[in-house]
Amino acid sequence: MWIYEKKLEYPVKVFNTKNPKLAKAIITQYGGPDGELSASLRYLTQRYTMPTGKSKAILNDIGTEELAHMEIVATLVYNMIKDASIEEIKAAGLEGYYADHDKALYFVNGDGVPWIASYIQSKGDPISDLHEDMAAEQKARSTYEYLLQLSDDPGVSETLSFLRQREIIHYQRFGETLEHIYDYYSKDRYYFMDNAP
Amino acid sequence: MVSARKRMLKELMAYEFTAIELNLYLDTHPRDRKALDIYNKTVHILNELKHEYQTRFGPLTNFGFAFSDYPWGWIEEPWPWQINFADRERSEI
Repeated sequence: MWIYEKKLEYPVKVFNTKNPKLAKAIITQYGGPDGELSASLRYLTQRYTMPTGKSKAILNDIGTEELAHMEIVATLVYNMIKDASIEEIKAAGLEGYYADHDKALYFVNGDGVPWIASYIQSKGDPISDLHEDMAAEQKARSTYEYLLQLSDDPGVSETLSFLRQREIIHYQRFGETLEHIYDYYSKDRYYFMDNAP
Repeated sequence: MVSARKRMLKELMAYEFTAIELNLYLDTHPRDRKALDIYNKTVHILNELKHEYQTRFGPLTNFGFAFSDYPWGWIEEPWPWQINFADRERSEI
């Protein structure tokens, strides 16, 4: 069960509300391969087959935080194209997106390629899954750094920096979880204790 | 001028972020008593702040997690993506 909280995780600032060019790049963190939709769905679907309470908790909680990041990215994009004119949308190369979606939010990367489930994996093997998760956090960190290079709005950059920092923390927590899983599998266990914490 | 609502929201965000960060840390360090203590103190402050915010500006959560005045307050705008913290002078929120 999830409940919704009617607030963002971070106070999003957008100074330029006619910035479809930057919005076109940032939307990849909404529906691109290393974006927040991929992140949240990856962790939330991998959590079912994690072997311990600790590993289930971390995937559940980081997956939930990623949903909040998806909302932050959507808020950025929504506010960056809100006041853009047709001319500005055309100049930004966003007319293809506009033809399909107007100014609505849709899960695409920076080139308009729609999100696909094969961006993520759910392998059942917690060692494989946690390695994927750690790699995903690093790829998202790189993406935020490229977006920070592209950003011409200090308000947007502030929010992108926050999201970049979260990737680093998540990477750290997944690393600790991986160590814990290695410990868990290196201990002798009996079949009747397999569900013990 | 920053509206009272935005100021409260920012304060809520700060405390809730503290709780999120400590929660993730505690997931992998469940026996860190000091972190747990800060977490529980944060929950206490957060509950008080949420109560104050909801009394002034309506429910923050749906599905039975907050009371509502008449008429049903959940549908009131702005929704979170309609609040731009760069618009300091807008008085409607």
